[in-house]
Formats: sequence, structure tokens, C-alpha cells
Amino acid sequence: MSISLEKVSYIYEDNSDIKKPALIDVDLEIGEGEFIGIIGHTGSGKSTLIQHLNGLMEPTKGRVYFEGKNIHAEDYNIKSLRGKVGLCFQYPEHQLFETTILEDVCFGPMNFGASKEEAEEAAKEALKDVGISEELFGKSPFELSGGQKRRVAIAGILAMKPEYFILDEPTAGLDPEGRVQLLELLKCLNQEQGITIILVSHSMEDIASYVDRMIVMNRGRLEFDGDKEEVFSHQEELEQMGLSVPFFRHLANDLKEKGFPVEGEILTLEDAKRAILKTLKKEQTYD
Amino acid sequence: MSILQIKDLIHQYITYGEKEEENQTVNAVNGVDMSVERGEFIAILGHNGSGKSSLAKHINGLLQPTSGSVYLKSMDTRDHEKLLKIRQSAGIVFQNPDNQIVGSVVEEDVAFGPENIGVPTKDIWSRVAGALEGVGMTAYRSASPNHLSGGQKQRVAIAGIMAMEPECIILDEPTAMLDPRGRQDVLSLAGELNREKEITIILITHDMEEVLLADRVFVMDQGKVVMSGKPKEVFAHVEELKGYGLEVPFAAELAYELKKEGIRLSDAVTTREELVEELCQLV
Amino acid sequence: MIKDITIGQYYRSDSILHRLDPRVKLAGTLIFVITLFFSKSSLTYAASLLFLALMIGLSTVPLSFIVRGLKAVGVILLFSVVINIFFIPGEAIVHFGVIRITKEGVVTAVYLGTRLVMLVLGTSLMTFTTTPNELTDGLEKSLGFLKLIKIPVHEIAMMMSIALRFIPILTEELDKIMKAQTARGVDFKNGSFLHRMKSMVPIVVPLFVAAVRRANDLALAMESRCYHGGEGRTKMKPLKYCRRDLLAYLFLALFLALMIYLGFFCPIGR
Repeated sequence: MSISLEKVSYIYEDNSDIKKPALIDVDLEIGEGEFIGIIGHTGSGKSTLIQHLNGLMEPTKGRVYFEGKNIHAEDYNIKSLRGKVGLCFQYPEHQLFETTILEDVCFGPMNFGASKEEAEEAAKEALKDVGISEELFGKSPFELSGGQKRRVAIAGILAMKPEYFILDEPTAGLDPEGRVQLLELLKCLNQEQGITIILVSHSMEDIASYVDRMIVMNRGRLEFDGDKEEVFSHQEELEQMGLSVPFFRHLANDLKEKGFPVEGEILTLEDAKRAILKTLKKEQTYD
Repeated sequence: MSILQIKDLIHQYITYGEKEEENQTVNAVNGVDMSVERGEFIAILGHNGSGKSSLAKHINGLLQPTSGSVYLKSMDTRDHEKLLKIRQSAGIVFQNPDNQIVGSVVEEDVAFGPENIGVPTKDIWSRVAGALEGVGMTAYRSASPNHLSGGQKQRVAIAGIMAMEPECIILDEPTAMLDPRGRQDVLSLAGELNREKEITIILITHDMEEVLLADRVFVMDQGKVVMSGKPKEVFAHVEELKGYGLEVPFAAELAYELKKEGIRLSDAVTTREELVEELCQLV
Repeated sequence: MIKDITIGQYYRSDSILHRLDPRVKLAGTLIFVITLFFSKSSLTYAASLLFLALMIGLSTVPLSFIVRGLKAVGVILLFSVVINIFFIPGEAIVHFGVIRITKEGVVTAVYLGTRLVMLVLGTSLMTFTTTPNELTDGLEKSLGFLKLIKIPVHEIAMMMSIALRFIPILTEELDKIMKAQTARGVDFKNGSFLHRMKSMVPIVVPLFVAAVRRANDLALAMESRCYHGGEGRTKMKPLKYCRRDLLAYLFLALFLALMIYLGFFCPIGR
């Protein structure tokens, strides 16, 4: 079961009748249980791409399939698709509106036909997952701190029990602690509940630490799609697109250049630590 | 001579509950002492809600001290007669690029500050031209701000402050909403203004890599300054920083992890180059 | 979806109309609208139409762009014309049972339709050729005399120009919120009237919150940039009349005189 895009193009038309291609011939298949990172600089088409995954945007050309069915077919229930493919936009806390936190989180499930009791149960579970404690449930979402609001907004989508969860730069504006908490939450959702996570991020380090598979967008085209190790090995091409590789990969390159041998693919702090320690241990046994 | 002196600053506000008993007084800034020299590049570091943004707003009198005092260029921010002069000398660039641009055309926005302080028309034009040149936005002078990228908008905001000929610029998380490219642009511009125009920069951030640009760092937690010193000195205390909900630059963190395993590295490692150099000496 | 609205937008160009002082254009629009209201004869309509055509020609704004602005008000236009056709009593031309179309009805409808179209086109021509800032500057200057009776003209003008600057930003915000709530299962298109009204709440509340948040931020930023009302304020682009503005005033005076003559004194065309 999967979401798949077949030769999807999207032409954006603005006020002055100028046609700009935002997506060009994108082929993509996203399977269950994956943890995917999408990178690309501003205007590369990544937000357009994710809005095609739950049918918010309709391709100008090409087709989008969910579980093998064309989602823009006449008889397809696109609303139910949106319950299965949750999409969390940038700064999701800006869409909070209910008088209490619990009611706001119930909003999604109830739109998809859940009864009040079912919705509340799902909402409580989702709020627990994102780490909002019970005594806050009756409070107004507008009383919370920025990081808490963000988590409530995310719970609002989680409560819909999506099978796929797309997040557009969910850590923007959060401080280090808030960022790590959120990324750990996504990891946990992926590993323990088997939810497919699709994470759009500007931070190569976060991508390197959390995702398995990477998609690189550039000028509306899907340039790379593969294991993160494989994608990050295209350092030169990535830099030409205005992107970069993780800090620790840069470090490993510098070390090798300066005559300090390190082995294996190095993308994260753990990778770097392991490789450096290994080299230094070898040195010691020679001594 | 110091340009900014903050003594025993306390900023208190009240959050109102449903009943009167639920009202709470919060000290957003809780007894801060700070002195900044002319031409310095200062970073104020702290997690969200640590009081760093409130502190920033005290520097040019947008907030008034509950107790204690703030002097900018020896002018007391409590003195209402001096407020315009203070704000002309110390401008703030805020986090959200959209919400601080007043004009519908770039050059008209840059002119907003000078217009407010009554600069003659002829001089406004030369100041606007100079300020836009200084931030590299001359090509966009007659563009609409809505068509600019986030980084470009922040540069316009900086030009708007430069046109008032300030001595100090406070940047309140100026890169939080920008992509990496915009972020790089804004930071290198801040460094350039500091070096070439001798503008005192006070950068408020929770990003550790940005702090490396500064001469001195103040770390804030719960309204207090809890650590201060050169970035290298502060980043040597990895555990303590983590306790305040902060991180250290990647190089410092890796060095810290390696030291835990018994590798002999100095405390001064904060950049990639330094780490590479020290490691290479070990083989 | 909202991009079709061209009313109130500025069209960048460098025509004589664009270069005119906004106060002249304000006066011109006012004269045009007032004379249009007093128009009763086909002759005065013709004169107004000629005037409008001349201005559109001078503005160099493409006709297609101007006409697109009509789309937004098309419904109101159609409605008022249709009402007139069917409900004005008089000599009937066509009968469909109870429904009858009268000659007087058709005539009034045609007049009314033309008048409305000209009204929309004339006023939008003003905004097409004048930047929001010029417009507010012009209003501030023209209405400056109201300061004498303690009306805060500068502040009102400043509010207008800020509102104009934030309209596109809030439209974008609205779009984002609608998409975000659609992703949470809100259906704006189907359901009963009551249901659709209810589905506006998750849109309107966040939009309102966003507007307040932005207003707060902006107020702080303006204060930080030494804003303290209109007192002692200078301008980067102060309004100054030059020769072409005086000529334009003269032209407007002639047009007004012509309209008065045609409307009240001319023996033919009544």
C-alpha cells in the first residue's frame, strides 16, 4: 500500500498570467512505515509536492494514486484520503481556534465522522503522545507557550490517526530543546506506531540523524531519491543547488584531507565519534 | 566608553487568571546587570521564554523597567524626552520579516525612520540610497516588499534602521523564520556592519552557530544572566548549557563527547577547523 | 482563488496619468462620479463615456486588465440590471405569464448598467494609476483642513496605507489557513447553508488572531523606528504641484463646465 505520483507536473499561474512550473514530471512512490526527509531550497517545489500527496493540489499533468486508486477520479472520496494522509503546515499553531485545547484536537477526528466520545479518546491519546499533560486540556490553546502550541497543533492532526504524516518544517522557530523533543516524537511515531513520516527540513543534520530515505527537490524537479548515505554522497551537486551536507560529513572530509583516516559513511555525531575513536585506538595499539 | 549599561533590571508583568487569586506576577527579566562597549558584537543566548526578548525591548525603551535602570549612551530610557533619541541610536530588527515593514515600496519603507525623526527631504534620499547600498538591496529599491524573500526583507529592515544613523543595532532572533541562505545573508551583513561601520551589534538568538560570530556572550535563563564570557569560554561548559535547554556548536559537542572517552582535546574547540587541527596532532 | 480581484490594485506603468499628483486624480474621480450621478440625458452619458475612454487610453493600462476588475462586481451589476428590467412599470414589450418586460425597464436598465460600469471603471482607474502611498498622501493633504475640527487626518491616512500593505499578506494567510483546515477535514464546498457558515469559524478565528498578532508586532516595530504620530514628520516624497497638474485641473474644470451645460442648459438631447 502506498502513495504514488506518476509524471506529476504542476503549473502555477499568477496574477500577471505568467506560467511558472512548480513541479516537473515527478515520479515518486512512498511506502508504509518509511521515514522520509525532503530537502530543497525555498521555491524548489517541495511545498507544492507535499500538497499533492493529500490531494490539496491537483496536478496539471500526471496522476496521484493512493493504494492504487487515482485520487482525482470522479468517484474517489478525497476527504477520507485527507484523514489517512495528515499534513501539518509550517507554523501549525496559527490554525488553532477552539476555546479549549481538547476541543481543538477533537476538531479533526469529528470532521471525519467520529462521535464526540471517540474523538475525545483519540484527542487525549494524541495529546499524551506529544507530551501535553492532562491539567492543560481544559485551557485555551492561546495561553500556551510557543512550543506547546506547536505540539497541540500537531496532536490535532495525530488525533485523526493518519497512516502517513507529512510535516513542513515542523521545528522552525523552536529552541534546541523543543526541536529535539519534536524530532524524537516523530521517531517514536514512526517506530512504535508504524506511521510513515515525511519531514521537510532545512537542517541537514536533523535529516541525517532521523530519516532513512531522502528526496531532494530542485527547480521543480526531483533530483535525488534514495538512502541518505547515497544522496549525501553527491556533495558537489547538492552544493550547486544551494544545499549542503551535514556538518559531520564536512568534518570527515577535512580529516581525511589532513591525513587523519576515518572509515565508513559519516553523517551524524555518533558516526563521527565512532570513526574517530576507532582510528585513535588503532594508533594506540601501534604505539 | 560603554554604550549600554543595564543595572539591576527587573521587568514584571501580570498574567490574569479567571479569578483574581489566579493572577500571577512573572519576572520576565529578573535582576540583569550588563555593560556593552562601543563597537562590540554581543550575543544574548537563551531558550524561548528565558527573558532575552524582553531584555532586548528594554534597550531602546519599548519596555519600561519595573525597577532598575537602562542607560543607552548615558541616556536613561525612563526619561520620555530622550526616547526618540534613544530609538534613533539603537534600532531593533524583529523576528518576523513581514510584520516590521511599513512601506509598500522598499525605498519608502527605508525612509520611514528618517521621516519620523524629521530629516529634511533631500537628506532622506541620500540616507535611503546609502542604507540600501550598505545592505546590498539597491537593485530592489522600487520593488514591493511582498515580492522579496525572507532574507531580503530582513535586509530591508536593517537598511531602515541604518538610515537613522544608529550606533547600535539589536537583532531579535532575526533568522528564526529564514531559510539557510537568508540566514547566512543576514548574519554576514551583521558582521560586516560591525567591522566596517563600527556598529555595536546585540544579537539575540538560540542558535549556537550564530553565537560564534560574537565577541562576548550572555546566557539567560529564567530572566537572569547565568553565564557570560567569550563564546569559547561559554561553550566549554557543555553540561551547564544543556541544563539551560541549549546546545553547543557541533564541533564543541563532538569534542566534548570525545573527551568523555578519554581523548585529550583542549576546551577551546568550537569550530570545525580547530577540531580537525587538534585531532590531526593526535595521529 | 482570490487573485481575480484587480480592484484596488496598482498597475505599474509610466503614463501621464501615473505621473499626475494624486490630489488631481482624487478631484478628477470625484468630479467624474458626481457628474455621472446627475447624468440624465444620453448626451451627458456620451460625454462621460468619452472622458473615461480618453483616460483609459492615457493610462496605458491594458483594457483586459481593467475589465477583469468588473468580474468581481459582476453579480451585483447583473442583479441590479435584472431587477430593473423586470420591475419597472410601463409599456410592455414581452409577456411571460406574470413576468413582463417593459420598454421603460429596458431603458432604465441600460442606463443604470452603463452608469455602474463607468463608476467601477472610473474609480478603479484611479487605483490602477496611483500607488497606495500616493493615494493616502493625497487624501491626507486634500483633507488636511479637517485637522482644524480635531479629526486625526494623518493617523487615518497612516491606518489606510498600512491596511493596504497588509491586505495581500492577510489574503495569503487566509489561503494558508483554509488549506490547513481542509487538511483537517473541513469541507467548505458541500453541505447546508448553516453547515457552511459553521465551517467559517475555524477560518475566521485564526485569521483574526493572526491580524491582531501582526498588528501588535507592527506597532512595536513602528514605535521602535521613532514613529510618534504626524507631528514633526518629514516626507521622502512630499506632494508638489507642477505644470502638468495645473493643466489637468484646467481640463477638469472644462469637463465639469461642459457637463453642467449639457445636463442643465443644453436644449437638445433631453
